[in-house]
Amino acid sequence: MNITWRLAWRNLWRHWRRTWLTVGAMVFCNMLLIFLISVQLGSYQMMIDNSLGAFTGHLQLQHEGFDEEQRIRQSMPAVAERARQVQELLGAEAVAARGIAYALASSEERSFGIQVTGVEPEREPRVSTLPGLLREGRYLSGADGEIVVGALLARNLRVAPGDEITILGSGRDGSFAAAIATVVGIVDSGIPDLDRALAQVSLPWFQTVFSMGDHGHSVVVRLPNLEQVPLAVTTLQALRAEHPELVVLDWDQLQPGLRQAIRSDMASAWVMYGVLILLVAFSVLNTQLMSVLERTREFGVMLALGVSPGRLARLVGLETALLAALGLGLGVLLGALLALYLQQAGFTFPGMEEMNARFNLPERIYPPVTLASLLWGPLTVFLGALLAAVYPALRLFGLQPVAAMRAT
Amino acid sequence: MSAIVCQDLCKTFEQGEQRIIGLDRVSLSIEAGELLCLSGPSGSGKTTLLNAMGGLDTPDSGSITLGGRRIDQLSRGALADLRLREIGFVFQAYNLIPVLSARENVEFVMQVQGLAPALRRERAAGVLTEVGLAGLEERRPAEMSGGQQQRVAVARAIASEPQLVLADEPTANLDSQSATQLMDLFQALNRNRNVTFVLATHDPRVMAYARRLVRMEDGRVIDDVAQQPSGRPSVGRPSVGRPSVGSEG
Ligand SMILES: Nc1ncnc2c1ncn2[C@@H]1O[C@H](COP(=O)(O)OP(=O)(O)OP(=O)(O)O)[C@@H](O)[C@H]1O
Ligand SMILES: [Mg+2]
Repeated sequence: MNITWRLAWRNLWRHWRRTWLTVGAMVFCNMLLIFLISVQLGSYQMMIDNSLGAFTGHLQLQHEGFDEEQRIRQSMPAVAERARQVQELLGAEAVAARGIAYALASSEERSFGIQVTGVEPEREPRVSTLPGLLREGRYLSGADGEIVVGALLARNLRVAPGDEITILGSGRDGSFAAAIATVVGIVDSGIPDLDRALAQVSLPWFQTVFSMGDHGHSVVVRLPNLEQVPLAVTTLQALRAEHPELVVLDWDQLQPGLRQAIRSDMASAWVMYGVLILLVAFSVLNTQLMSVLERTREFGVMLALGVSPGRLARLVGLETALLAALGLGLGVLLGALLALYLQQAGFTFPGMEEMNARFNLPERIYPPVTLASLLWGPLTVFLGALLAAVYPALRLFGLQPVAAMRAT
Repeated sequence: MSAIVCQDLCKTFEQGEQRIIGLDRVSLSIEAGELLCLSGPSGSGKTTLLNAMGGLDTPDSGSITLGGRRIDQLSRGALADLRLREIGFVFQAYNLIPVLSARENVEFVMQVQGLAPALRRERAAGVLTEVGLAGLEERRPAEMSGGQQQRVAVARAIASEPQLVLADEPTANLDSQSATQLMDLFQALNRNRNVTFVLATHDPRVMAYARRLVRMEDGRVIDDVAQQPSGRPSVGRPSVGRPSVGSEG
């Protein structure tokens, strides 16, 4: 080992209690950051999965303009075929076609505006969690004349499985669309907006009722994770060569509020982490300043021998880097153990279970252990510690050898 | 050629309102190979003069020439480089790096000088033997006596083979026996290697070794005499590195 490294390492242990205290502060801070960041990232992941999984999926193929205007005429022909094509292009399992129309639903007693969605009953459960959230009855079998409605809508219309609903609207060609459907199931998603308007029928019947021919409004894709979205979007852009009227929308465009909500939550979390890191950086600053001040004579002798202040500053920098590396190594090690445990055992805080149950979220978070959640915090602490050494190191440049050697 | 030429050196220190005279028109010429002692009462300016000659401090006026080169106008960086490469220093005490062993203390300075590791190791072993510390290379300063520590400092000072060694009160913290051994070492190095030694001291034991005695008072040179060194009988040449020098360890 180089003498400078040996010197730095041994200097660290001249006050071993002080060094361990500082390392301990860094380790504690690193573990806390790993815990907080992995729970945070885990809950974002859960939030995204749940809100995308409910209905919108990770990306959709639509007619241009449909997302904003939702006009029935903004449809794509041969929607089921298109869905099979997308499935092949992406090699993805979870792809389904949908048709969407707005209509008036009436029971014997009341009428309400609804969004009728025509779905492929055997494929829909792969892209959406709604079919799995039935409170009563069963999901669509594929037969004509069946409808599944949201829990709030069912309550508003005062219908139960077996009851009939009249649907009135206008078809794609502007003609009058009317049908009678029998309620077969009631979905309770926990999301009031969905439960109030949700009404699903099978796609072929939807196409008949609304004079759609083979048209539909979207092809929905659900991917195993968010990381695959950009590539899938690029792949699907190829379809536009043949069908320039189609657009590919990713989850961010489909649910613009989601990323925004995550961003602002992150911003407030980073402020808290920043304060934590600042505290640790000050503890390092304090330690290193003390260690520099108490060695004034020693540094004076070294300066007198002709060692440059820059080299002494680098020595202090190296000492700090070693100190910070200890904090980083131990912190990441212990933090990783903690994170791995949480990944297995899950994590919940008081009140979370009730809240999550209401929104149909899992009761516990199982924060995934990622390189980002393990390293982001500790590396920032490491950099903060190095920055904290700048001031003590700069003091060395002001040292005069003669004066420093006279210091007591 | 003169090793050091000082001409009309003046230095004053400001301490609050007070102006303290450190050096008052000091002129001194030191030949290569001399063993010179600066003596005089406390506060007479010995350290100030030594610091000026070693480039540790700059005089207010006057000139200093070291080996034919003016150094009184050099920048801080250039002075540091000069001290590193051309001058060996031995200070009063406690001037070793406490966490490094004797060998590492010697090697550290050579590393700063940019010497290759193999050469450093070889030279460090050589000079430590020369100062009589063979076998104690791996001891830390705290594990050595004051005299041994000072000899490590000497080894460090001469490792890069400077032609000039400046020592400020090198024996102040040493017992009589250690002081004598240290001076024997200086004398041997002075004779064998023709290294110029300038020592500042109160210590009569040290002065006894000097071949030239410069007495100072109030920042001025008041006396400058050549003398026959009487420290040790200079019958034959005491060879350094033998147990006679380093028997203490
Ligand atoms: N940095 C300084 N600030 C103020 N005064 C100083 C400083 N350095 C030296 N002096 C003063 O300059 C004068 C000469 O000091 P110097 O240290 O050279 O004396 P010295 O002969 O080495 O004394 P000693 O034998 O006690 O070491 C003294 O009066 C001292 O107080
Ligand atoms: Mg002095």
